Amino acid sequence: MDLFSEYGSAILEAFLLTLRLAVFSGTFALLLGVVLAVFRVSPVPVLRWIGAAIVYTFRNTPLTLVMFFALFGLVYQLHIYGPPEEVTLSLSEQNFWMAVLALSVYTSTFVCEVLRSGINTVPLGQAEAARAVGLTFSQNLRLIVLPQALRSVLNPLASVIIAMIKNTTVAVTIGVVTATGVNEASGQMRTMMENEPNQIVLIFIIFSIGFMLMTLPVGFLAGWASKKFAVIR
Amino acid sequence: MTVLDTEPASAPSGDALVVLDHVDKHYGDLHVLQDINLEIKRGEVVVVIGPSGSGKSTLCRTINRLETIDSGTITLDGKELPAEGKGLAKLRAEVGMVFQSFNLFAHKTILQNVTLGPMKVRKLKKSEAEAEAKKLLDRVGVGAQAAKYPAQLSGGQQQRVAIARALAMRPQVMLFDEPTSALDPEMVKEVLDVMVSLAKEGMTMIVVTHEMGFARVAADRVVFMADGQIVESNTPNEFFDNPKSERAKDFLGKILKH
Repeated sequence: MDLFSEYGSAILEAFLLTLRLAVFSGTFALLLGVVLAVFRVSPVPVLRWIGAAIVYTFRNTPLTLVMFFALFGLVYQLHIYGPPEEVTLSLSEQNFWMAVLALSVYTSTFVCEVLRSGINTVPLGQAEAARAVGLTFSQNLRLIVLPQALRSVLNPLASVIIAMIKNTTVAVTIGVVTATGVNEASGQMRTMMENEPNQIVLIFIIFSIGFMLMTLPVGFLAGWASKKFAVIR
Repeated sequence: MTVLDTEPASAPSGDALVVLDHVDKHYGDLHVLQDINLEIKRGEVVVVIGPSGSGKSTLCRTINRLETIDSGTITLDGKELPAEGKGLAKLRAEVGMVFQSFNLFAHKTILQNVTLGPMKVRKLKKSEAEAEAKKLLDRVGVGAQAAKYPAQLSGGQQQRVAIARALAMRPQVMLFDEPTSALDPEMVKEVLDVMVSLAKEGMTMIVVTHEMGFARVAADRVVFMADGQIVESNTPNEFFDNPKSERAKDFLGKILKH
């Protein structure tokens, strides 16, 4: 077990970075996903088109491409942080936020489509009753339709978030590192495999357990919540 | 029939509250509402009957614009229905609607179902809305169920909650779209009793129903629809005892024989 004495703190640091990546990306993906879903069911055609265009584009583009584009396209060519000589953000912070941006936008399209299918499970009568009471379109969506839609899709939503947590590994392609230079989990795993080629099986086990510690609770939480908050009809 | 043991409703005396003027609507090739002209006075109870597919539910739903119309006008208290947006939402708050399938908000308790509209649309405080809601729920006989969810109630109870939910908006007129058609027979009376008492208190009501007993007891006027047209409009006694049109005679013959 000298693997742990040598790499223990680096592994922990790597997973904390991965977790930070997942928490920010997951939060933004859920928020943006709700916005996209609202766009896609809105009575305003322009909003529906914008929603559809974003979903079709990012749902059908590999995440690696989106991630590359965020760093090399947005930062290096389009200078979204401003001219390179004026950027005060550290390289690690800059790459981290680009990874969050790519993961959030990419994942939000899946969140949107899951929510939209959830909206379709809400009986039309619910929205009609809400309209008949005098609720506006946005009140109707916020108070009646979305809460019911959300409850019916907690499990598929958890699958999207689990996939996103595992997708944080794609961030290795643009080099997401901590201030002290430790990679996120998959980068750290690669480093260890290169340094300890005869311990590969153990390294695999360590990292898959690390990911399962993050993903399994998401699934269990969703299963519990979907039972607790189930809408009985 | 269920509620024949009560007095006939008193005659309405008010001005015209809901006016449909040359209203037309198509579903593709189907001309579902054909040149409908109908005036409902304040305090009047109008029962709309007719065979299925005659357009009676559609007529009911156009009055709060859950269905749009192709031409003609519908006015409420002299004001034409706004096409959409906040104005329309405001109008809908003035028109109570009770659906065939109850449509209680499934994720909200009975009390929340009744307080939601008053709080979000009428902007009442929670405490005010709840006090009012409890009174209404007691009045329709489901006060004890306030903390439950809709699925835990019987159909008859749910429909009475739906009536309370609509009343909580203090509407000028109540629309009932076949309110007892989805109920088990033993629950029809409890809902009709509530409706009869509403009618007696002078609520303006438009009721699409197959309950002829209710029509006789509570209605000021029966409107008979067939194939998208208003074929006959008369007092309940006159309509049921002396139907004028062949279409109405045929319809009544089929439903009253048993």
